[in-house]
Amino acid sequence: MLNSLKYPLDTSSILRKKKSIKKKLLQNDLIKKNIAILGGSTTSEIKNILELFLLDKGVKSNFYESDYNKYYEDALFGNDELDKFNPDIIYIHTTNKNIIKYPFPKDNSKEIDALLSNEIQKYKSIWSSLLKFNCAIIQNNFDHTIDRSLGNLDCYDIHGKTYFINKLNDKFSQEAREINNLYINDINYLSSYIGLRHWFDPSLWYQAKYAISMESIPELAFNISKIISSIFGKSKKCLVLDLDNTCWGGVIGDDGLDYIHIGSGSAIAESYATFQQYIRELKQRGVTLAVCSKNDFKNAKEGFEHPDSVLKFDDFTSFKANWSPKHQNIIDIATEINIGIDSLVFIDDNPVERDIVSSQVPSVSVPDVGSDVIHFVDHIDKNGYFEPISLLSDDINRTKYYKDNKKRVKNQATFKSYDEFLVSLEMTADIKSFSSIYLDRIAQLTNRTNQFNLTTKRYTVGEIENISCSDDYIKIYGRLADKYGDNGLIAVSIGNIKEKQCHIDLWLMSCRVLKRNVEFAMLDELVSKCKDQDVSEIIGYYYKSSKNSMVSDLYKKFGFNLLERNDEDSVWKLDIANYEIKNKFIGVEND
Amino acid sequence: MTREELFDGVQDIFRDIFDEDDMVIEDKTSSDDIEDWDSLNHINLVSAIEKEFRIRFALGELMALKDVGAMIDLMIEKLK
Repeated sequence: MLNSLKYPLDTSSILRKKKSIKKKLLQNDLIKKNIAILGGSTTSEIKNILELFLLDKGVKSNFYESDYNKYYEDALFGNDELDKFNPDIIYIHTTNKNIIKYPFPKDNSKEIDALLSNEIQKYKSIWSSLLKFNCAIIQNNFDHTIDRSLGNLDCYDIHGKTYFINKLNDKFSQEAREINNLYINDINYLSSYIGLRHWFDPSLWYQAKYAISMESIPELAFNISKIISSIFGKSKKCLVLDLDNTCWGGVIGDDGLDYIHIGSGSAIAESYATFQQYIRELKQRGVTLAVCSKNDFKNAKEGFEHPDSVLKFDDFTSFKANWSPKHQNIIDIATEINIGIDSLVFIDDNPVERDIVSSQVPSVSVPDVGSDVIHFVDHIDKNGYFEPISLLSDDINRTKYYKDNKKRVKNQATFKSYDEFLVSLEMTADIKSFSSIYLDRIAQLTNRTNQFNLTTKRYTVGEIENISCSDDYIKIYGRLADKYGDNGLIAVSIGNIKEKQCHIDLWLMSCRVLKRNVEFAMLDELVSKCKDQDVSEIIGYYYKSSKNSMVSDLYKKFGFNLLERNDEDSVWKLDIANYEIKNKFIGVEND
Repeated sequence: MTREELFDGVQDIFRDIFDEDDMVIEDKTSSDDIEDWDSLNHINLVSAIEKEFRIRFALGELMALKDVGAMIDLMIEKLK
């Protein structure tokens, strides 16, 4: 385990040095797992950093990443790549940015219930569609929005966003209790732990559509890795504790029972009692406890007879208080309670003892807890050593089951076909010739779009302006809106007219509107403009780049005929005399 | 901080992000010169620079930058 990937995280160093950290971790002995990330916002860096944390926990992951904001489409309608991927884990990264609709101030409680139910049905249909993969599903709950227009009232008036999100999170918890294999990644807790104003970075949202700040990504990835590690049975089982200045203040052999600090007599005594209470909680939910202390056995045992001691001697399954080196005692503890040595976590305030144990038995987890008891709990808690996936260790006893199979058909948010889904989006588009207000955005798109881009031709604003004024070009842009909002200007096509032929110099679309049929609406419009100008053929070019393989057969889909192929580049032709309109789902407004 | 010091700091960030210890950047280095410098890595670079030098770029400021030199000039402006 790398220290840099333990609590407290040095997030900026992880983000900067992720490539070299990865190289180091790849040398470990690893199990391989397939992890699908279905994102409601950008997930690229989340994937990169999650990879590190999983490597650190001995898992080498192979990733599938949905196209931008295609979590819903991927889950409900599947795609070949995901089907073939055979995921072991599906992680659904959604946030409050994916909430469809919040209550309006004039809505009555019934209408608000309907909104809630609509939202929850959407996720229920996602989860039930993903059942076919028979794998674990990790689902974010919702973080709070930073703004709250109702102020404090936002959390208790039924029209508040805070109230709405709390309700949704309640529902998610309810579902996760009932649906086998559904696990909640509690970003509501995580974001409040980090602090909402650090959790979300509006600038990063607008620039790159990350729904969380860069510095929060390591924390998020760390949190997910704890769940995954627990699912794969890698949680620790036994907490091994030093005694003097770890379980109580002072040295019992020197100070005597009456003078150790534990209980409520002083600030120090109270902080040790709080630590013991946390340990007792761990024990109550199934963590095995052991002692490893350099002490006379009799003195050590006596410490837990202190009237204010929260822990008692009987709470420990193994109790090593002697003068042998600690790493030997630790090996003995593992043998005695018959668990793997890698299931142990060792807490000691003394850095020398920590060093001996971690160097002699490296598979034991030895967090660098420092010497102040106030921080001990955080090192155990935030490293997620004992992360449980349920409170009953025996899976057979789990009473979770999925009871909604029969109701699936009735799910309001489920659609019988992808077509039906497209209809439900109520899409409208503006597809028109370039106009001056959009020239900047168009030039920017030509420079930024890499995947859905047939020629990857880059233009300056000046060039776009010239094309915009020239009669030798057909130049159209597409803007798409749907019931969730306006996607902005997301498609551009430029065709150069020469002798009744239209040569497509540029054909691009932003990936945020993939699979919405915008490309067909664009083609319809291009053909119509070609006809107006007496053009009879359209010539399309595909130039292979390192990133645009997703459109290698676009012209084929459009019904073009292949003219020639050079290596991976190709030229295509469409005779437009008998062209049939292809877009059926988008209401188009044109020039 | 001199322009040179700033430049060295930025170069270290490039080396970390692209994991090339001997990477050398120049004023005229742009995304055309570094294969992995795509839009996602651009965001990572900018975030690391913001963190390291405790500055924030405003929305839109970065779109206009054509190369490393322009980026450094903007940083100097911000650090004044």
